Amino acid sequence: MEVPGLFNYWMVVVLMMAGLYTVIARGNLVKKIVGLNVFQISVFVLYITMGKITGGTAPILGGGLALYSNPLPHVLILTAIVVGVATTALGLALIVRIREAYGTIEEDEILDMERGET
Amino acid sequence: MIELIDVALLCMMAVSALAVLWLRNLFAVAMLAGSYSLMAATLYVVLDAVDVAFTEAAVGAGISTVLMLGALTLVPHEEKPSGRHALSGLVVTVGLGALLIYATLDMPSFGDAGAPVHRHVANRYIEDSAAEVGLPNVVTSVLASYRGYDTLGETTVIFTAAIGVLAVLGWGGRPGRRRPPADGETRP
Repeated sequence: MEVPGLFNYWMVVVLMMAGLYTVIARGNLVKKIVGLNVFQISVFVLYITMGKITGGTAPILGGGLALYSNPLPHVLILTAIVVGVATTALGLALIVRIREAYGTIEEDEILDMERGET
Repeated sequence: MIELIDVALLCMMAVSALAVLWLRNLFAVAMLAGSYSLMAATLYVVLDAVDVAFTEAAVGAGISTVLMLGALTLVPHEEKPSGRHALSGLVVTVGLGALLIYATLDMPSFGDAGAPVHRHVANRYIEDSAAEVGLPNVVTSVLASYRGYDTLGETTVIFTAAIGVLAVLGWGGRPGRRRPPADGETRP
């Protein structure tokens, strides 16, 4: 079976949109953070796919190999993964604080409480 | 064979992403997000990005899941149904997805050695980094030497995030900590 050359990109778009839809349509704040993570990892897959060369190997020199995949996307994504975890941690801390203040982590209920006060 | 593993992993990731969207138990969602991340790590090994796979498995699948589970001990772990933006969100995501898929038609084919992304600085890194930096792993050379300022910026972001978490949650001893307001009680 021949896989189309753009299949990876199409699947990345599907994953990306699944994450975006989770962020838009789900009112639970933890679910929104997970949706952001899903979106984020799909972007990582997009970059790593671009760096792949058919027949290439991991960019570690030596061993008599001639063709290496592109190391630059790998470096960018290494940085992005760690930054992504830092933002996830901050988002979860904010959610815990919101729960302390409002007693709920559902967006709809928080908005209702805000409207009820004004 | 590589293509087969690639397709299988991407399909499994799509199933997990849809299950994250579908499930309401947030513990199940957290574990699915962890397995999604682990499948992504396996995919990076297939796509020659071994360093990224290490980091994703340790940081993405490990620390993220621990943080998520830790947060879930402090918040309710059942999601309540909400259909506020269900239709408009679907229209936006399907429209945007169609546009992005249309955009991918201009992308170079998977594994194409002549793609524009391979024509810039990457070849210089592969050819000269052994002489200039002296490490066999090109990714390490680029991370620590050629793009060292990126890594410095990354550590700045982590430091800022750590300060932010401490500022939001505090060291402890804050009155009313970890306790949601009871019924009839006014909010702080």
